[in-house]
Amino acid sequence: MKDEYDVIVVGGGPAGSMAAKFAAEGGASVLMLEKDRDIGMPVRCGEAVGADGLARFLEPNDKWIASKINSFRLVSPSGLIVDIEGLSDGGYVLDRRIFDYELALMAGNAGASIMTKAYVYDLIKDGDSIKGVKLKYLNEKVEFRSKIIIAADGVESRVGRWAGIKTTIKIKDMESAIQISVGNVDCKSNRLDFYLGSEVAPGGYLWVFPKGENYANIGLGVAGNHNKSKSARKYLDDFMEKNYPEASILTTVVGGVPCAHTLPKIAADNIMIAGDAAHMVNPVSGGGIVSGMQGGRLAGTRAAEAVRAGDYSYKFLTKYEKDWHKLLGKSYERMYKIKSAVSKLTDDDLNRTAEIISSLPQSKRTLGRVFKTALLKHPKLLFDVVRAFASV
Amino acid sequence: MIIVEENKCDFCGTCVAVCPVDAIELFEAQIDILHDRCIDCDLCVWICPIEVLHTVENEATLA
Ligand SMILES: Cc1cc2nc3c(=O)[nH]c(=O)nc-3n(C[C@H](O)[C@H](O)[C@H](O)COP(=O)(O)OP(=O)(O)OC[C@H]3O[C@@H](n4cnc5c(N)ncnc54)[C@H](O)[C@@H]3O)c2cc1C
Ligand code: SF4
Ligand code: SF4
Repeated sequence: MKDEYDVIVVGGGPAGSMAAKFAAEGGASVLMLEKDRDIGMPVRCGEAVGADGLARFLEPNDKWIASKINSFRLVSPSGLIVDIEGLSDGGYVLDRRIFDYELALMAGNAGASIMTKAYVYDLIKDGDSIKGVKLKYLNEKVEFRSKIIIAADGVESRVGRWAGIKTTIKIKDMESAIQISVGNVDCKSNRLDFYLGSEVAPGGYLWVFPKGENYANIGLGVAGNHNKSKSARKYLDDFMEKNYPEASILTTVVGGVPCAHTLPKIAADNIMIAGDAAHMVNPVSGGGIVSGMQGGRLAGTRAAEAVRAGDYSYKFLTKYEKDWHKLLGKSYERMYKIKSAVSKLTDDDLNRTAEIISSLPQSKRTLGRVFKTALLKHPKLLFDVVRAFASV
Repeated sequence: MIIVEENKCDFCGTCVAVCPVDAIELFEAQIDILHDRCIDCDLCVWICPIEVLHTVENEATLA
């Protein structure tokens, strides 16, 4: 194995795989490093994505689609149910174990080398200048040099810190999340269910995302500042006991969702940050799969351009920051404002909103395209949108 | 002082993300608090979804 590459990608999630793929396709020599034994495992994710976002990267394939979604159910704090049905361009609940493999294969087939069980613990530096990464591989210490590093190391985001970029997230912007995959539950395989309210998931929401008949991911995120008095696990236990006491739990995962806006600085000399590590998550919905892929694509593309130009300076790489801002960063700043507004809604506000929608006949319930888009991309926005309608 | 409750951690990295001084190290199945760096801010204790981390008085450092 070589010990020098044009581009080293740290992290083998959706952001890392797309960064590696696009850098390799642009002609760079690429190495992607993943600390876990297996790409895509464990799956710390509800696995829901919009179909249109994904279509830009790969053709839908039943191999990694667990279920196809064309409707939503919202459950208000008082238990009022609002169904929105017949969405034409729906989404999927993925099987991310297989999906993440598929993305890594795309990187590999584009020419990127991949190593798992490769834990990056530091950067190689010459003075202030970054020259590569230090890692533990099967318990041996190894060093690889590179011209550019793409930090796609997920929420932990330590690689960026080592490069001197502030990546720490404020506790109120971090959703503390837990999810179980369960059998023996009553769910509809074409419908995503969202539960809202301070008793279920303060500052977040609870989801039931079907992976098949009677089989679903059930999880919730609680805003970090709420997790202090009662943990995410306790909220989920309470919900399950009340709603699905008979469920059989196949697996439990926990995790954090960075619901902030993107870091103001995601590049420096010789380094770019992408995906969760850069907080590239829709702050309203917490969705980060496709955004991470988008960020990875932009970073990988710019890395290859840098290699061709022989220029690895921040001045050259800053185009990546601008591209991201234009593509999604700017709209996420707006989303962040909406998130802040929505988080101020009381349970009464949410109940009233649900009443307004449920008084509409099903045929009118989508309120045109606004709702459809709002729902699919950012579930909680619905309430804000309806509130906007209701207060006119 | 922050302690890790044994056999409970899911190695998700959420605590690492909020730690202001990079005092938590996470491997595939091992978590270490770097006590010499830790400033006892308790943010990691608050954010952990499953209550793995706890604060305890440390007699040794008082001596
Ligand atoms: C409970 C939960 C539910 C979610 N549900 C959804 C959902 O339904 N839809 C959606 O779109 N998004 C969801 N998300 C968010 C989504 O999972 C993430 O945004 C997405 O995985 C980000 O991709 P990434 O590549 O940036 O990071 P990750 O997928 O986290 O990948 C980062 C990789 O880097 C590796 N790594 C970290 N540090 C090192 C190191 N030092 N050396 C080597 N490798 C390292 C990690 O092992 C990991 O594999 C959810 C998140 C959580 C926690
Ligand atoms: S947040 Fe909790 S479960 Fe996750 S790594 Fe930290 S201690 Fe472990
Ligand atoms: S108490 Fe604060 S400084 Fe110490 S490990 Fe936890 S988050 Fe980091």
